Amino acid sequence: MAAPLSVEVEFGGGAELLFDGIKKHQVTLPGQEEPWDIRNLLVWIKKNLLKERPELFIQGDSVRPGILVLVNDADWELLGELDYQLQDQDNILFISTLHGG
Amino acid sequence: MCQVGEDYGDPAPEGLPPPRPGLRSRELKCVKCKEGVPVVVIRAGDAFCRDCFRAFYVHKFRAVLGKNRLIFPGEKVLLAWSGGPSSSSMVWQVLEGLSRDSAKRLRFVPGVIYVDEGAACGQSPEDRAKTVAEMKLILQTLGFPWHFVALEEVFGLSPSVLRCSAQEPVGAVGTYKVAVDSFLQQQHTLGTERAGGSPSPAQGEEWLSPPGTQESQDPAGPPPAAQTEALSRLFGSVKTLTAKEEFLHTLRTHLILHVARTHGYSKVMTGDSCTRLAIKLMTSLALGRGAFLAWDTGFSDERHGDVVVVRPMRDHTLKEVAFYNRLFAVPSVFTPAIDTKAPEKASVHRLMEGFLLRLQAQFPSTVSTVYRTSEKLVKAPRDGCAAGPRCLLCMCTLDVDAADSATAFGAQTSGFSQTQPPTPRAGAGAPTEAGGAQDRCRGAGPCGREDSRAQVIEQLCYGCRANMKDVPSLDLLPPYILAEAQLRSQRASQEIQEYLVENGAEEMQTAESRAWGHQESGARIA
Repeated sequence: MAAPLSVEVEFGGGAELLFDGIKKHQVTLPGQEEPWDIRNLLVWIKKNLLKERPELFIQGDSVRPGILVLVNDADWELLGELDYQLQDQDNILFISTLHGG
Repeated sequence: MCQVGEDYGDPAPEGLPPPRPGLRSRELKCVKCKEGVPVVVIRAGDAFCRDCFRAFYVHKFRAVLGKNRLIFPGEKVLLAWSGGPSSSSMVWQVLEGLSRDSAKRLRFVPGVIYVDEGAACGQSPEDRAKTVAEMKLILQTLGFPWHFVALEEVFGLSPSVLRCSAQEPVGAVGTYKVAVDSFLQQQHTLGTERAGGSPSPAQGEEWLSPPGTQESQDPAGPPPAAQTEALSRLFGSVKTLTAKEEFLHTLRTHLILHVARTHGYSKVMTGDSCTRLAIKLMTSLALGRGAFLAWDTGFSDERHGDVVVVRPMRDHTLKEVAFYNRLFAVPSVFTPAIDTKAPEKASVHRLMEGFLLRLQAQFPSTVSTVYRTSEKLVKAPRDGCAAGPRCLLCMCTLDVDAADSATAFGAQTSGFSQTQPPTPRAGAGAPTEAGGAQDRCRGAGPCGREDSRAQVIEQLCYGCRANMKDVPSLDLLPPYILAEAQLRSQRASQEIQEYLVENGAEEMQTAESRAWGHQESGARIA
């Protein structure tokens, strides 16, 4: 049983275009049976935040290749990628590298 | 071995391969300093802490410049900035590099150029104005002289931008070292003179004057509406996104080249990262530009002669760039480009990008392998002849033999016989001495248009020809392209005519001498 979590979800590098142009979202994740991890967060984002073109952000279980995920300014590969358990007041940043220049 | 009817059991499980163990533990330390807490994973499994990552990133930038030894001290270098992460990172590195202590300081004189492509990307005027304001804000804080140009200015370019200027002799490695030594010596004497109180020589002041005093190029307002309209129409008429992207790249290159030549910049730095170059390599192969891979993806690109395009970010992957920009607060502005939100199969570029990045997710050495391959490409001139005709648009040495393309020639001449015969020039304009070939119908009639299209097409390389297929009407092209095409075509046919006239004269001479000799012998007999 997971308590409600308050996290900040940020988007950068062009990913914000899919979220109405808003870069920072302060979200409160509701309490639920399973603990909150990135995998569940992505499902939640797809349902509640993503405004258009889900295939440009999510591919299958994970993010589309080319989108970096940083948790508290650290690479998610160091934290277990999709299995990282979210904690209160975490900052999750999604940067799209596909818009180069 | 494989046999028909044999059952191989369940198909392989879908999804990513199991995550690598060891990276999960929080006790992992930075691989470089062995004590910092790692924040980013580079390549396949190297975890770096924040400070080591910064040192690694900056070192790579300096190493790429130092290894290639192409940029001489005091040289004027134009930084092509698009607002995106890679070019912003590059500009930031140059900024930091110039402010270091004198031994390790970068020694060239930079300027920054930004090309506003809003009209080609279909941005509304309000969005465009907003983007422009954001860009100018950053440009002003940099402290370099900056040039702000709108893509519409291609309609005002002269055909000379398409001509390859005389190449400056590159010189051996020895010249580079000599240049650096003499620069350092000059700095040293300047320093002692200053300390002694005597006035410093004027030449030294050029290098040391504060950049703000040099003029920055800033147009007063938005470009004329007619030009914006023409540009939107041009890009609206191009049929495929692939051709649009290629064409946009070509026009942008011409514009930057023009600015560089006008203001005396001998080098242009672009922010192409490792990932982008790997994608570009594969895309170029698919688009028929395989002959020019070494120039398109190498460190230096000297096809323009006097202005050399240099790619100092080519060792950095997009992931490293994004991390560095985030961790060290490098300002960058996001602008929608021509392929924003385009679906996966919208263009060859998108397809190739999706392919490479998906492969990279499963096999982390994909991008670096493609990149290493590009490093091995050698710029060998075709058949040993470096000075052949050049493509009108991309300015690479033509890879299509005009003489060999018999089908193309046949298509052209059959087109001629089918259209009306050339109208005789009744007193209009002095007929040139060359005569015949110049009598092609050139005018508003349909056969004139076919002729001018063929004129342009035959001066393009294979890749550019394939692109042109998706541009239905050449009338919408900026005038400098059509003017240069006509000029080159005239020059070519003039050369042919001169050759024929010469040969004709020779033949007459031999015929005369033969007749003369005959007469003489006849006289003797008689």
